[in-house]
This record gives sequence, structure tokens and C-alpha cells, in this order.
Amino acid sequence: MASQTGPVLGENKVVSLLLGIATWIVGLLFFFPIFWLVLNGFKDNLEASTRPTLFFSPTLERFRELGEEQAGVLSFREAATNSFWIVLISTILVMLLAIPAAYSLAIRPVKKWRDVLFFFISTKFLPIVGALMPLYFIAQQASWRIEVPIVGWVWEYDTLLNTRLLLVILYTAMNLPLAVWMLRSFFAEVPKELIEASQMDGTSLLGQIKSVILPIVSPGVAATALLCVIFGWNEFFLAVQLNNAGASTLPQWVASQETSRGNFIATLSAASVLATIPVVVAGWVAQKRMIRGLAMGAIK
Amino acid sequence: MTDIAQESAEAKPERGQAALDRAAAVKSLQRREGWKRRIPLLPALLFTIIVTQVPFVFALYYSFTDFNLFGEARKLVGFENYGDLFGDMFFRDAAWISIQITVLSVLLSLVVGTGLAMLLDRKFIGQGLVRTLIITPFLIMPVVASFVWKNQMFSATFGVLNWVIELFGFEGTPFATRYPLYSVIIVLVWQWSPFMMLIVLAGLQGQDTSVLEAAKVDGANNWGIFRQITFPQLRPFLELGTLLGAIYLVQVYDHIEVITGGSPLAKNLPFFIAQRTQIGFDFGRGSAEAIIVVIASIILANIGLRVLSNLFEGD
Repeated sequence: MASQTGPVLGENKVVSLLLGIATWIVGLLFFFPIFWLVLNGFKDNLEASTRPTLFFSPTLERFRELGEEQAGVLSFREAATNSFWIVLISTILVMLLAIPAAYSLAIRPVKKWRDVLFFFISTKFLPIVGALMPLYFIAQQASWRIEVPIVGWVWEYDTLLNTRLLLVILYTAMNLPLAVWMLRSFFAEVPKELIEASQMDGTSLLGQIKSVILPIVSPGVAATALLCVIFGWNEFFLAVQLNNAGASTLPQWVASQETSRGNFIATLSAASVLATIPVVVAGWVAQKRMIRGLAMGAIK
Repeated sequence: MTDIAQESAEAKPERGQAALDRAAAVKSLQRREGWKRRIPLLPALLFTIIVTQVPFVFALYYSFTDFNLFGEARKLVGFENYGDLFGDMFFRDAAWISIQITVLSVLLSLVVGTGLAMLLDRKFIGQGLVRTLIITPFLIMPVVASFVWKNQMFSATFGVLNWVIELFGFEGTPFATRYPLYSVIIVLVWQWSPFMMLIVLAGLQGQDTSVLEAAKVDGANNWGIFRQITFPQLRPFLELGTLLGAIYLVQVYDHIEVITGGSPLAKNLPFFIAQRTQIGFDFGRGSAEAIIVVIASIILANIGLRVLSNLFEGD
């Protein structure tokens, strides 16, 4: 952390210590619901559905049950596989589209680049629910069959509804504006003199990108990709509206653990833990970069 | 003299032609350069236009028809759907709830987030760890966050919140069913304060400490320093937080679905319209509602973008 204002304000040691303790308490309170969730994941369903208690004999039984597969019921493995591929491919697509766009907006800016940038952001203001019905009908009717002659690959869709491809397309569109916006601010950090100098040396465009631009922007690219992963991984609305039978993702799998019969809280908690861990850990690792990326959108 | 004059008169059109040619060459070069610059932008731009704008054109068309699941032929009905809509009490309720959810949760997250950032922006043991604890709510799925609060915090029978309240001798309440709107807002604030905290923290850490020291030397008190130095410097960050928060919070759906299951007391516009599509099957009417929401959003977005362009003024 770059600077600390606390000491500058010249509090005495006691106040400083008390504020430190207060911060710890607030932090623990903030984290408490998650701590409780993890705890409940190791309980018995009956134990989790009684008065709150810290004392119980932990069991891995819930996690084992969640790993079991039943025909006709969405399994963890299936949902995790769907989530993984949808998020991975849509994030790669976002980056492939957003990086050249950010280059065009920051390094060799097109005329009226600001208007273009605002157009991208303005699409985030459109309520997605307004597009829901048309998306449903368009997806329902979309069908094609593409054959690759020599290799013999066939790429065929009768409908896009309930397919992973549909969510890949929608998540790409959902994250693209934010990615363009963040990446532009990272690209704007590349000093113009460096690029000019390498131009003078006669370095090719590809060479410039490789040797000058990429080293500077790569942390920003990573932070942006991570944010796309978080939003895609956690997305529920589009998945549940357009994808409820066939390519369901982890948030849908978690929601399906709430049943109307019997106690389900421990099972639901264990499922929540399984579904959230990858993104939470990734976020923990990259928190500082995320601060930087979001803040630069404000200033640069 | 006359010779020269004659010569120059003859030469003029030629020279003029050369200048024109040159100008044309420069122009075409510029045009080519312009396209060179535009090409990397085009894939992203085209993709965004096709996927995010085309559906709204369809929605606009549907909104003028009586399109529903049971009707045989779609026919144009003009503004009928729109006329119905303004008399619709439920639509107005949903609009009001949308406003409350967005405004309250954005403001509260900003206040809480700023407080958290101020607390974290000082040296103490375990600073990084506490920051990690606090950002976690932002990272977890909205669906999961909602379930945790509904079943394990708010619940009247085994919720921790009620257990604490009863510990102090008060009577517990089933929060999520009795106060669905505030329950949703609490969970939203819990998830979004960390996000605001991240943004404000970035702003605090960019502060020039020498200015703060000078103010201290001049005898300014902490509140004065905050109001006159820190706050103005934080402004762009607070505006950015408001903007990003509003973009996401106005579209909240997951929390409402999980916590209230669609209680009429906490049904915002996205939820209301989605429900009409699923249950009502009245696509014409639903599209009219969506279009109204889109128009309202465009108005709000314009305000938001003006805020944003102020941020860019320094460029």
C-alpha cells in the first residue's frame, strides 16, 4: 500500500491501536456470514437447522453427497463443467475483442474516441431485461449446420436456447464494455515517447506490441480478465431465463439445492462453498490489481 | 514582363492541378490511416452493436403488437400497450421499488465503503488480511450471498441475527418476510460496500501526503482536513463508485428472487418484467414495459455519462 494517512494525522498510539482493533472487529463482522456458511457446510442438515451453535462434530458427508450423480438431476460436475467452459471461452473472446479496441482508443486513437468509449459504456445502462424476450425468440429460432469438408467436423445447432454457446455470446457482450473501458486506461499508461522511440528504431508494429506495450499492460489485462471471470461465474439472471434446461451453470446448481422437503441448509451451504471457492481465491490473489484497474478508469 | 505573365498564366492551371493531386493524395493517405486506426476497433464495436442493440429494435417492434403466447397472428395495435401501462398500479409500484433499491443501496454502500476505506487506510497489524476479509462479500455469487442471509442470518427459527436479538431480550422477527425490501437492500449493501471500499481506497492512497502534513502543521483539525482536502480529492472516485454501482444495482434480480421469491413488496422492474414474460406470456405488453424502462435508463445514463465526462476533463 503506497501511502498511509493514519500516521500523518498524528494520532497518539492508543487511538491508533483502538482504531486498529475496531477495524479488525468490523472486518470479522463483515466476514461472519461467510464463516458461518462454511461452518454449516460441515454440519448435519438437522444440526444446521436448529438454534445457531458453534459446537458440532464436523463431517464431510454433505460434500460427498453433492458429488453423487443421479440421472435427470443437474450434478455438480456437469454444472461446474458448463460454468468453466462458458466463463473461459467468453473471457478469451472478450479479451480478443477488447485488446485491439483499447489499442485503437488509447495508443493510436481514432477520431472521437471518447464518443466510442461512451457508446460502449452506455450499453451497460440498457436494462438487460428489456432484451430478454427478443433474445429468447432469436435464440429459439437460430439454427445452422456448418460442415468442414476435409476434416469432417460438423457444427450444428437446432436452437441456441439452453446451449453453452448462447451464454458465451451473452457473457461476452455483458463484459465487453467494462473490459474496453478498463483496458483503455491501462493502455493510456504506456508512455508515448517509448512507442515513438521504438518507431524511430524501425521496430515493426508487432515488435512494438511485443516489446513495449505488452510488458506494461499485462497486469491490467490480467485484472480485467479476472473481473470478467467474476461477473461471468456469478451470473444467474440470463442463465436462469434462457438456459434452464441443458447447459445450467453453478449458480443454478446452488439454487437447485433448496428443496421444499426436509432440511437442506447444510447441503446448500456445502454447495455454496464448492461453487464460490475458485472465484473467491482468484479475487483474493488479485485484489490490489483490481483496485488499480478500477481507479484508473476514474482518473486516466 | 508580358512573357512572364503569359508563362505564369499558362503554368497556373498545371500547378493548381498538381496541388489538387497532392491534396487528394494526402486525403487518401489520411483516410487510409484513419481506417488503419479504426480496424482494430471494429470487431468489438460490431459485436456490441449486434448483440446489445438489435434485441432492443425487436422489443420496440413487439411493443406495438398484441404478441402473446395464445394469439394466432401478431397484429399492430399502436400505442395500446403503452396506454395500458401507465394505468397499471403494479408497474408503478415496481418502478418505485426500483428507485428505492437503487438509490438506497448505492448511497449506503458508498457511505459504508468510504468508512471501511478510511479504517483500512492506516497501518495496523494484519491490514492486508482484514482487507481480504472485507472484499470477500463482493466476490461471492449473489445467489449464494442471498441464501446465506435468508436462511442463516434473517431466518426466525435458526438465523444468527434473531439469535443475537433474542440474546438481548428482544423478540425476533422473520426479517425476509416482514421487511423484504430492506432485507434485499441489506444484502446488496453487504456485497457492494467492499466494491466501493476498493475504489475509495485507491483514491485515498493516491493522496499527496505532504499537503496533509502541511495542513496539520497549520493546525487544521481532522474533520477540517477530511472536508477540505480529502473529500475533494476523493470526489472522482466517489462518482465512479456511484456510476458503476448504479449500473449494476438498478438491474438487480438474483437477490430479489432468492430472498423474497417475488414478494410484491420488493419487486423491482427487472423482476416484474421478467415475471410477466414467464408467467403472463403477454409479450407485447412486456415489451412496452421494457421500452419504458429503456427510455428511463437512457435518461439516467445521460446524467451518468455527464458525470463521467467530467471525470475525463483532465485529459
